Amino acid sequence: MLELHQVSRHFGGVRAVDALSLAVGEGEIVGLIGPNGSGKSTTVNLVSGLFPLTSGRILFRGQDLASVPVHRRLGLGIARTFQNIRLFGHLTVWQNLWVAQNSPEDRARRGFLARWLGGSAGVRREIGELLEFAGLAPKQDELAANLAFGEQRRLELARALATRPKLLLLDEPAAGMNSEEIGQLRERILKLRGRGVTILLVEHVMELVMGVTDRIAVLNFGQKIAEGTPAAIQADPAVRKAYLGGEATS
Amino acid sequence: MDFYYGLAQIIGVHTLLGLSAYILLLTGQVSLAQAGFFAIGAYVAGMLTVLTGWPLLPALAVGGLVGAAVACAVGFPALRVRGLMLVIATLAFGEGVRLFFFNFDYQIARGDLRVGPLGGEGFRQIRYFPENGWTTLEVMLFIWAIVATVMAVLWWFDRSRYGAVLRAVGEDEVAAQSVGINLTAVKVSAMTIGGAIAGIGGGLYAHYTTHIEHTSFNILVATFALAYPIVGGLASVFGTLAAVVFVQGFLIEGLRFLGDWRNLLFGALIVLAMNLRPHGLIDARVLARLARAFGGGRRA
Repeated sequence: MLELHQVSRHFGGVRAVDALSLAVGEGEIVGLIGPNGSGKSTTVNLVSGLFPLTSGRILFRGQDLASVPVHRRLGLGIARTFQNIRLFGHLTVWQNLWVAQNSPEDRARRGFLARWLGGSAGVRREIGELLEFAGLAPKQDELAANLAFGEQRRLELARALATRPKLLLLDEPAAGMNSEEIGQLRERILKLRGRGVTILLVEHVMELVMGVTDRIAVLNFGQKIAEGTPAAIQADPAVRKAYLGGEATS
Repeated sequence: MDFYYGLAQIIGVHTLLGLSAYILLLTGQVSLAQAGFFAIGAYVAGMLTVLTGWPLLPALAVGGLVGAAVACAVGFPALRVRGLMLVIATLAFGEGVRLFFFNFDYQIARGDLRVGPLGGEGFRQIRYFPENGWTTLEVMLFIWAIVATVMAVLWWFDRSRYGAVLRAVGEDEVAAQSVGINLTAVKVSAMTIGGAIAGIGGGLYAHYTTHIEHTSFNILVATFALAYPIVGGLASVFGTLAAVVFVQGFLIEGLRFLGDWRNLLFGALIVLAMNLRPHGLIDARVLARLARAFGGGRRA
């Protein structure tokens, strides 16, 4: 579904991502881990189109993404969340989901005026379902800025889902969460897999990555140093050395 | 009484000017081009009633349409740049329009006098209202009927999904893009609507003053257009209206007795107002209180 071929992104002399090749198959959950500054978030930004590539190619369902602007990548079915939550703080929870309904399905189904001006029963039902999924139904009229941290993370996930993604890029969704919240997040990710959403999960929290992914790629200094099943990665000596370090026993 | 009607006319037209910047400010774009669209609407509508004898309403509509078309054309290149670059680009456009009208002659003979724009002399004798025997009160009511209509449409826009999208773009362009919002399309559409509103306002302005010239559309006017929604707050269209009443009604007319001291106080009071009410004269909390007072807590 998603293929990265020898993808590089340099910032001046820094090779944030260096000749990275990675494939994510339809319906898979692939983890991307690595120490701080190893190029994980940069990879997400390259796939979502916020940064141009220095070299290499990214294919989504066979289509080269190089010339596809950011808002159109969503139209192809690529959605994302941000490491440092980026909600529309002065919009309500409900409105945050409302403005995200830009998928080709939504465009095709509703007329121009209905899509831009209206809030039909269908729209309200869909947003209601997303709120339910994210456990935010009682908060729907709150301003997003007033939500607690964990709620904001859930809202960001729901907002990405409102775009009806086929591929979801999650950039450290568990950062700052307690263990109960991580458990809930895992449930939600597994539910999404059940609906056929492909997920690229960038994460520090091993508890989450090891529990939900089919396959893990490990980055260090922008290069992929290992790839395999969670069990194989945990056993890999190069990974232990580069990344898990003292935590390797956990 | 005519003094107050005249003041109400000024407030009405300046409200349109401010609203034209308001909708663009929702997307976070600062434009100094609004005086330019205002000028275009004024000259187009004035020329239609004076030179071709059109009735006022279609002339205003065409003024608004031309303002919208120019805003759309300017918006595509201008809105690709942001922040200070956009301010400079729109300032250049506004000044360009002013200088165009400074050099614009198009006069025809009407009986023994010539009518139409005459460069630096300006465009005199836009006498639609006096020729048709409108009283100051009637002109004032006409202007306010249009202002009320524009405010109602914008109020409704604000509550639609389109309004939420505008505010989403204003808040975080990166996040807006990544949920599939086309930034250029949204900003240009806001600019176009703003151009239409400024064009209609300009048309009204030309007709109630009966005499326009290039200096009526200078950088000061552009600054006022921007200042109203900022002083009034972006929570709703009523902020802009409140700011125009505050500036035109209180600061300019109400303090006239102070003579030259007024201009000093003027700036100081605007700074004071912005410090006391950092989210604008009419902010979200005032709106919520008003909604509770008038709506009976329907949403609560």
